Amino acid sequence: MPTYLDFEKPIEAIDEEVKKAQEIEENSGVDTSKTVKELEKKLKTTIKGIYSELTPWQRVQLSRHPERPYSLDYINHITDGTFIELHGDRNVKDDKAMIGGFGMIDGQTVMFVGQQKGVNTKQRQYRNFGMPNPEGYRKALRLFKLAEKFNKPIVTLIDTPGAFPGLEAEERGQGEAIARNIYEMMNIKVPIICIIIGEGASGGALGIGVGDQVVMLENSWYSVISPENCSTILWRSWDFKEKAAEQLNLTSSDMKALKIIDEIVKEPLGGAHRNREEVFANVKACIQKNITKYQKVEASKLVSKRIDKFCDMGVYKGR
Amino acid sequence: MGWFKREKQGITTTTGEKKEIKEGLWYKCPKCQSVVSSDEHKETLNVCKTCGHHERITAEDYFNLLFDGKYTEIAKGLKSDDPLKFEDTKKYVDRVKAVEEKTGLKDAIRVAHGKIESQTAVIAAMDFGFIGGSMGSVVGEKIARAVDKAIATESPLIIISKSGGARMMEAGLSLMQMAKTSAKLNQLSEAGLPYISLLTDPTTGGVTASFAMLGDINIAEPNALIAFAGPRVVKETIGRDLPEGFQRSEFVLEHGFLDLIVERKDLKSKIAQLMAQFAN
Ligand SMILES: [Zn+2]
Repeated sequence: MPTYLDFEKPIEAIDEEVKKAQEIEENSGVDTSKTVKELEKKLKTTIKGIYSELTPWQRVQLSRHPERPYSLDYINHITDGTFIELHGDRNVKDDKAMIGGFGMIDGQTVMFVGQQKGVNTKQRQYRNFGMPNPEGYRKALRLFKLAEKFNKPIVTLIDTPGAFPGLEAEERGQGEAIARNIYEMMNIKVPIICIIIGEGASGGALGIGVGDQVVMLENSWYSVISPENCSTILWRSWDFKEKAAEQLNLTSSDMKALKIIDEIVKEPLGGAHRNREEVFANVKACIQKNITKYQKVEASKLVSKRIDKFCDMGVYKGR
Repeated sequence: MGWFKREKQGITTTTGEKKEIKEGLWYKCPKCQSVVSSDEHKETLNVCKTCGHHERITAEDYFNLLFDGKYTEIAKGLKSDDPLKFEDTKKYVDRVKAVEEKTGLKDAIRVAHGKIESQTAVIAAMDFGFIGGSMGSVVGEKIARAVDKAIATESPLIIISKSGGARMMEAGLSLMQMAKTSAKLNQLSEAGLPYISLLTDPTTGGVTASFAMLGDINIAEPNALIAFAGPRVVKETIGRDLPEGFQRSEFVLEHGFLDLIVERKDLKSKIAQLMAQFAN
């Protein structure tokens, strides 16, 4: 059973009608193709209508849609099954919320690193809801250095509700692990492309988010805090999450306008979950385009431009 | 070594003068409840004489504590802007205005250069009184200027952290200050200059997850809260009480993230000593 968000209900109704019409044709042989065609037209208009006026909060909901593709879905599809997952931070353990390894895109080896969420209750727990521990960030850094050593471009896929705020995570230096990654990623001498595919929450996202090209999928979000937590802290109530989502300017178009990200990748009509093949193709094209672009840049220049880009961020007045 | 004399003198004279201090000018330690006169408290650098509790002090206090007398503040006029037109229960611009009036500060950090035991140094020190020492664009830019100044004068950089984390009202822009400050520290490192990070109570969130943890030397004052996720959040996550001393300097040192813990009275000499070790 597919999941529909509240604002997707009109879409669900038409999806149901289409399914019914198709069943009638299957069971009774009556030709319903004309009805289906009309319904599909109606579906397109309905989706377009809903998606043309999505609120920031609705985009946050979409970024968490249970059927939205996760990092490994992208990687496995884009590398056509050539991805070999590499495990462990060589210190403490293997963090299942952070995955990584080499894969090939049309003959080019690429290092992929990303947060991974689970598809069902058991998987979600196994993946710690996509919330890495320090080991996850340290594994990511190990893999970045491995890629650098063998001159392979890096692609990070960001999808996390935040770094895990647990007791062991604090003991083992969550803050230091994220800081170290941000610092080291500035100086990695191969192209880095970061793509926020779902949720980009705070330092937990930025810990693998320093790149030459930072990209957001159309219906992802990226900010310093989730709208729920922002609401709880600033309004002292969970109820202002919609307002918080607006105020945080966390959508892809907001973040592009603020020059915090470099590019937006379009999602299929109705969101990534309604047409996986299409979103995979869009992301693959984006990766290839950017790898080609940044591979032409000399390593020292790549690093200094990356550093300069982040040094330019911020809005203030006076002197 | 002028500072040591001052402190010793303070300790010997204050007891004798105690009776003369007017009522209302007392400091009660929140930790051990012992009471001393405000003057005496100041003489011990806002550290409780009985239990060693280090009270939070301002950027200016640290400048006076560490520099040899005079120092020059830079980028004094930098102020936050409000590109997001952020508004929660209050407008961000009004919040800033109110705190400016209350504290006389422009933002949550100040940068100055001067000499520490005759060695040039740049210090960036945070003020917790300004929206919880939160890091927005101004904090990021001032740290950037501090790095530039350190490079221009070939001086070590000392950043004194005291912060609740990133400033929510600057949303994505404040998040990017973690990246910006880390980028600038790469430039400092490239120039071969030492960065001493001093973590004071409290250092949490995005500040811990960026420049505060990136020192060539990480120093903390005793018993400072040093965390990524604050204790309340961690407690909620794990659903049980936190161990004694959790996320305090001594705990963080034992887990390997601090080089040393230094009492406030020894900060100047210890930092000067480290600077000399880097220089010679
Ligand atoms: Zn005390």
